[in-house]
Order: sequence, then structure tokens, then C-alpha cells
Amino acid sequence: MAEKIGVYICHCGTNIGKTVDCKAVAEYARLLPNVVVARDYQYMCSDPGQEMIKNDIRELGLTRVVVASCSPLMHEPTFRRAVESAGLNPFLFQMANIREQCSWITENRELATARAKVIVSAAVMRVNFNEPLQVQKVPVNPNVLIVGGGITGIEAALQIADSGKKVYLVEKEPTIGGYMARFDKTFPTLDCAACILTPKMVSVGQHPNIELLSYSDVTDFSGYVGNFTARIRRRPRYVDEDKCTGCGQCEQKCPLSVPSEFECDLGKRKAIYRPFPQAVPSTPVIDREHCLYFTKGVCKVCQKFCPRGAIDFEQEEKYVDVQVGSAILATGFDLFDASRIKEYGYGRLPNVITSLEFERLTHASGPTAGKILLKNGKPPESVAIVHCVGSRDLNYNEYCSRVCCMYSLKTAHLVHEKTEAKVYEFYIDMRAFGKGYEEFYKRLLHEDVTFIRGRVAEIADVPQNPSEKGKLIVVAEDTLLGIVRRVPVDLAVLSVGLEPRRDVVQVAHTFRISRSKDGFFLEKHPKLAPVSTAGDGIFIAGSCQGPKDIPDSVAQGAAAAANVLSLVDRKEVELEPTIALIQEESCSGCKICIGLCPYNAISFDETGNRAVIAAALCKGCGVCVAACPSGAIEQQNFTGPQLLAEVEAICAQ
Amino acid sequence: MNRAYDKSARLVCGALDIDLAELNDWNCCGASAYMAIHELRAHLLSARNLAIAEKEKKDLVVVCPACLTTLTKTNHYLAEDSRFKRTIGAGLKAANLQYWGSVKVRHLLDVIVKDIGESEVKARIKRKLTGLKVAPYYGCQLTRPFGEIDDKEFPTILDTLLKWIGTEPVNFPLKAKCCGGLLMMTNEDVALGLNRNLLDCAQQNGAECIATICPLCHMNIETYQGDVNKMFGTNFRIPALYFTQLMGLAFGFSRKELGINEELIQSQGVLEKHLEVIR
Repeated sequence: MAEKIGVYICHCGTNIGKTVDCKAVAEYARLLPNVVVARDYQYMCSDPGQEMIKNDIRELGLTRVVVASCSPLMHEPTFRRAVESAGLNPFLFQMANIREQCSWITENRELATARAKVIVSAAVMRVNFNEPLQVQKVPVNPNVLIVGGGITGIEAALQIADSGKKVYLVEKEPTIGGYMARFDKTFPTLDCAACILTPKMVSVGQHPNIELLSYSDVTDFSGYVGNFTARIRRRPRYVDEDKCTGCGQCEQKCPLSVPSEFECDLGKRKAIYRPFPQAVPSTPVIDREHCLYFTKGVCKVCQKFCPRGAIDFEQEEKYVDVQVGSAILATGFDLFDASRIKEYGYGRLPNVITSLEFERLTHASGPTAGKILLKNGKPPESVAIVHCVGSRDLNYNEYCSRVCCMYSLKTAHLVHEKTEAKVYEFYIDMRAFGKGYEEFYKRLLHEDVTFIRGRVAEIADVPQNPSEKGKLIVVAEDTLLGIVRRVPVDLAVLSVGLEPRRDVVQVAHTFRISRSKDGFFLEKHPKLAPVSTAGDGIFIAGSCQGPKDIPDSVAQGAAAAANVLSLVDRKEVELEPTIALIQEESCSGCKICIGLCPYNAISFDETGNRAVIAAALCKGCGVCVAACPSGAIEQQNFTGPQLLAEVEAICAQ
Repeated sequence: MNRAYDKSARLVCGALDIDLAELNDWNCCGASAYMAIHELRAHLLSARNLAIAEKEKKDLVVVCPACLTTLTKTNHYLAEDSRFKRTIGAGLKAANLQYWGSVKVRHLLDVIVKDIGESEVKARIKRKLTGLKVAPYYGCQLTRPFGEIDDKEFPTILDTLLKWIGTEPVNFPLKAKCCGGLLMMTNEDVALGLNRNLLDCAQQNGAECIATICPLCHMNIETYQGDVNKMFGTNFRIPALYFTQLMGLAFGFSRKELGINEELIQSQGVLEKHLEVIR
């Protein structure tokens, strides 16, 4: 019996309608074989649009449906649901993309209309061969993996744990807290970062539902939505977390001091250390690279003095496997390396510092106990704050790092508050977009800060007149006055931008998610699915997706938590049935497909001498289908007859 | 004076077993200024040299950063812009030439440091220039705009070479700043000011002489010192020497062979303090 096909052409407002003559396309479709009805409508995805399809299925007895509209990414599920609710198997529906692949790529109405006809006819020919497929349901493991213990990961972990679900929080560093733990004050309210962060860190450490795995990282992540296995590498601390009470005796007695990473090398720490006193967990780690026992075989002073016998030099790296149903990546960012911009002299000129170094200088428990001092120990008489270091610059990062304008204003405020110095801000544009931000900018305008609009060309140490002697000379074109200014200062603070973390490629690979052009993790939809990824059950939050300030990071952490909880409470998820199937009788047992499968979904059945695909693991990427030399693998909904019909229709034009 | 660059470069290359062959029937690169007058013709001038080099199956080594920039720019455009390539190709065809893009363009300094290397250079040292304080002056074009040789803003490749031959390169923050170039002809005041800054910076940092890698820089900084002194009431007498001249001295060539007696500001006194023969 011939199929009865309904074809629906969407105008998508003017997105398609402006360049494609949708009426003409519908008229054309009506003449194609087996098509019994073809209509065009303003918005097919709207309620009336969907109703139209459902009615036709019921009244005309349609057996196949084609919708020509946008890319299937967004609305394929919408139309599949509509078709299903009218009693048709959802896989008897075919979507044709006449927006991204047609109307958006030309302004020529005639060509666009012709192309739309080709795309529609290909979909119509193909849908004849679509087969009904059954969706498989799998249970969702309620446990959640969160990678990254900065403010974003902390927020997400607490939200989820408070709802009663188990959270594995993995942090690479010896402590959670991330960058925020190193900040002094936070803009625009100037509340102390530690005061608002450390209580949350303590909650994480004490929460019965959170298992904190610090000094660890995820090396492998396999499985599928609802049922993942994460392999976590636990680096040896050489201190037994269960025995240690965090008394700090070992740190006091350790004879070796080395530069502290937490203090940007401005202060010292011991070879056995906690990055800062409020670290969570409070268990110290032994820095194997410096520790006298590990380098010279002598010392063991910490072991001698530990009242609990918690020091264990024999500890080894170990791997733990945890089962989770979903994961949130909150891996954060790296700061731009200012030494890359040679003309700013960072690393060469001693009083050119980064904004993070400034945070440590001005922090009450930092290396100078909160005093803003030059390298010679004197307070500065003048300070330049340089915006957009590594940001909005085609040589480095094209994007705006979003947080620097505001934290630069905070820097200016703190310098003003703590010293007598004259403050200059060199900016390109002042971006004060958040709640209370513009007001903060206005406040600074009244605090006697000199704002100079112009990107800094260089920071020089070669004086051209006596007033520049012994100073750093900040050179910039003042674009409001149209002149080049040379401003002599004692201290230059570089407001460095935010970059993807240096291990971003590896993490993206481990979790099989994509990255955007700027290198950060790619969200599923920039507006409507900002914390989802193309990988079902894997979410991203905070600055690993792009530069964000603390309010936005916390909001995303909570948003990712809500997404996860929604998934967990569904209890089961549907798996796409569009996976690869092996036709046993044709499989020659060559094993080519096994090595190629990116999801480790194919194994080998020795007794039957053939490859076997684990349906739940298969993502339907099609690699094995293309590679199989015997043509023994077929992908559901992408079968030979379907694809050939599609190609034939295109070639016939 | 530029003859001295030519002489010393050839001698040093000979000593290092670099086989230099003068390009047959080469033409002027347009000295970077021609680009501003007629860009396409300027590129054609470069392309002709590149095409001849390709025909002779050679890479191009230049000692002048202006030639380097012009030739490299043409090479880049040809590789990136197919329409440009067709236009240039048509021009070359009129001269019975063609260019496929295989020629590499290098500065001699780059070749000596990266290809020949430290041990080869050091093996040829016959005299030490121990303690000679030199300001390494790169000028603006060696690394800009492409940055293929070294960091664009703060290169160190010449510092490295100067250390190999026993001299002491001083901190010279203006090492990659402009000497004024052809502004010396059109806007002398500005150019003299720039040279004053360079000389002042070299002197402040204790340099006894300035090492150059560019004939134009060399001319401005050396020949115009008298004018700088006149204009600013200064009293600079800092000799400038091509890096190849300093190398040649270390390799044991005579000052006469290297053209060291030809400059306006004599370097004899400075050099004699430091030259010691290795026995």
C-alpha cells in the first residue's frame, strides 16, 4: 500500500518566508509521489501549527510526515512528540532544514526557493523508507559528578546535596575555593570574598551527601546518560585524610620554605602545606618536588611531630571508579599570561604586576598583610590600572573577558582607600553591565580616579625627561583628546583577561564535549540551553563556558543543579534508537569497527566470531557503518534505502 | 659604509662555510617605501626576485630587514590570496618568469643563530671581545610585522649571538624601536629625536658601542650623531658596528678587511680596550 505523506512548510516568521516562497514550495510538494497534503504556515512549531499536523494525521490518515523548517537540533523532538500524540510512530517523521541550509545563506529568493524544493523533495523521498523504531528507556543513577570546586561547583554541589542526592565533587587542587578564595573584596558591593565563600566551603566539607575528592582529577568518563562511570585519579597527599585533624603542627615544624602558588609566589609556604588556613579539606599535602625527604632522603620532621601519625610517605596514586547518572563540569578558567605581551614588561619590570597579584597584596592575610607596596617596600605614589590585557586584542583573545572593567574599578577603589597614590585607569570602553555595576562606576568617578580612554601601547622604563626618571612610563593614545600620553607611575596593575584552562582540550576529550571558537566549552544553545551540552547528561557551568563574574557563575551553578535534578527526578530517560545494528550473518569478524568506535560500544563475541554493539553505549555516530568492509552494519533511521532515496531526489533535479 | 656590511657579511659567511651566491640579475626590493606609492608594482619587484631564486633552486638570505619585510610580505600574500597570485603571475609571465612559492626568505642573523648554531660559531673564534659592552639594536623591521624570527616587541636573538662571540650585550629597552628610517629625509626633527632617545638609552645602560643589523638604522644612528648633538646639545660619540663586523673581529679578520676604519665615529679606541688574542 502506498504511503500517505503530509508535507508542512514553515515560514519561521520572516526567517524562511523572506527568502523562500513557501507557498510555491508547498504547491510543488503537493505534486510529489505519495504526498496527499502539503501546507505552509507562519510558525509550524507553534500550537496551531502542531494541531494542523495532528488533525491531518487523524483525518487524512497520514502515514508519514515531513516538516520543512529549521535545523533538527531544536524542534525535531517537538514534531516527533506531535506526530506521536496523533498516534504515529515518531520516527515516521522527517525534518527538512530550509533555514540554516537554505534561507539564511542567500538573499536570492529565486535560488532559495529552488533549493528549498530540492531539500523538501529529498525528505519526501526518504520518508517513504522510514521505519517505526521503538525508544528504549533506561533508569537514571541519582548520583552526580561535579568537576571543579570553585564557587560554581560549590554552589551546584550544595544545591544538589541539599535535595538529598549524592554528589562526588572532584577538585584538582589540594583545596576547594578556586579563584574566589584568593580575592580580597568583590565588586560592586565590596564585601569580603572570604566572608561569603568560606562558610560555603565548610558546608561542602561537612555535608553528608558530598564526597569531596580533592587533589584528584577525572581521567576517564564512559557510559551514557543516566549511567556513567567516572574514573578518578587520586594523587597522593602523603597525609592520611582520615587521621589528620588539620592541627597544622607539621606545617609549623617543616624546615623548608618555598614560594607559594596561592600567593602568586609573593609569599612563602612550607613543603608540607595547606594553600591557605581556611582550606577545605584542612588536610595538608606534601609537595614531593621540594620535600627534603623526597629529594634528599632525609628529614621526616613532619612525621615526627604529627600527633596522630597521619603522615604516610608510602602513599601512592590510586584510581577510584564512581557510578553517576549525570555530570557538571565547572572547571573554570586560567588567567591570561601577561608576559606574552612583551611591551608591557611583565616579568621584566619589577613593579608591573597582575590583578591577581594585586589581590594578594591587598588581602589582609596576604604576604604584605594587606599593604599595597612596591618591590622596594615603599607605598606607591601613583598607580596605573591597565584594562583589556590579553582581551579584545586580535593578537591574543578577540573576546571581552567581561569581569576586568569591574574588578579594575575595585582595584582603583582599594588603592585609593589604602594609599595616598594618584590612580589612573586606562580603558578602551567601560563595560558596567550588571546590577549595581554602573552605579559602582559612577561612585569611582567621584573618587578622584583619572580615567584615560585609550589602550596602553607600552609600559616603558626609558625616561625622556626628568619627571619620568625612575618611574614606569605608561604610554597610550588618549582617544578623547587625540594625543599620545606618557604617564609616569610607580606601579602598574595589569587587568588580565580570562582564558580557557590549559587542560581544556584534554577535559573536552575525556567528556566528549565540544568547544567554541574561543576555546571554551560549547553550550547546547547560547540562549535557551546555556548549561547543557551536546552530550546528554553532561552539563557545564561557570567560566569554563566563557568568562563570568561571581554572580553569573553562581547562577549557572544553580542552573546546572536544577537541570541535573530534573533529570534525576525523571528516574528514567529515553535513548535515541537511531543506533547502529550489526547484521550477524554478514559480519566477517574483522574487528575494524571495534578500534574505531569512539564510545567503546563494540565488543567481540569470540564464539560467534562477530562484533556486538552494546545498544545503550552506541551514540549513532555512524563511524562503524561507514568503515565496515562487508557492509554488515546499518544505522537505524539512516539505512541504505533511506539515504539512497534522498540522494536520488537531489540528483534528479 | 654599507660596503662594510657587504664585506663583513661575506667574510663571516665564508668562515662559517655558508655558501652565498649572489642572485643573478636581482633588482631592488623597493626599500619598503615603494609599497606606499604603488603596492602592486612593489610586490612585482619582490616577486621577480623570488621567481629568479626559485628558478635557481635557492632560498634567499638578506642582510637588510627592509628587503626581508618586503620579500616576506609578497611571499605571504602569494600564499594566502589566490587572486593576488594570479595578478602577480600574469606580471611575471611578461618577463618569462613564474613563481610557485617555494622560496624561503631569511635574515642572515636568523640563519647564523638558528641554522649554524652556537658550537659552530664558537669554534671559529680566534679573538675575544671580552667585556665589550654592546647595545643590541634590532630596529623596527626585523621582527615586525610577522614575528617569524623572534618576539615582535622584545627580541633576544642578537643578544644571544653577541654573547656567543664574547661581548656583553647591555639592557637596551629601546632595542626594537624605530630609528626614524627615511624620516631623516622628510622630517628630520622627529628622526633626530628618535635617535637621541636611542643613543641616550644606550649610553645610560653603559654601552660602548651599538650593534646593528640594518643598513638604514646604521646610517641614521651613526652618521647623524653630530646632528643629534647639535640639535639637543648632547655629546654622544657612540660607535655603531654591524653584527657581522663584530663577528668578523672575533673570527680574526683585520679591521681593514671588515671596513671598520670607514665609519665616522671611530671604534678603534673602544675595541682596543677589549680585544684579546686567544693563544
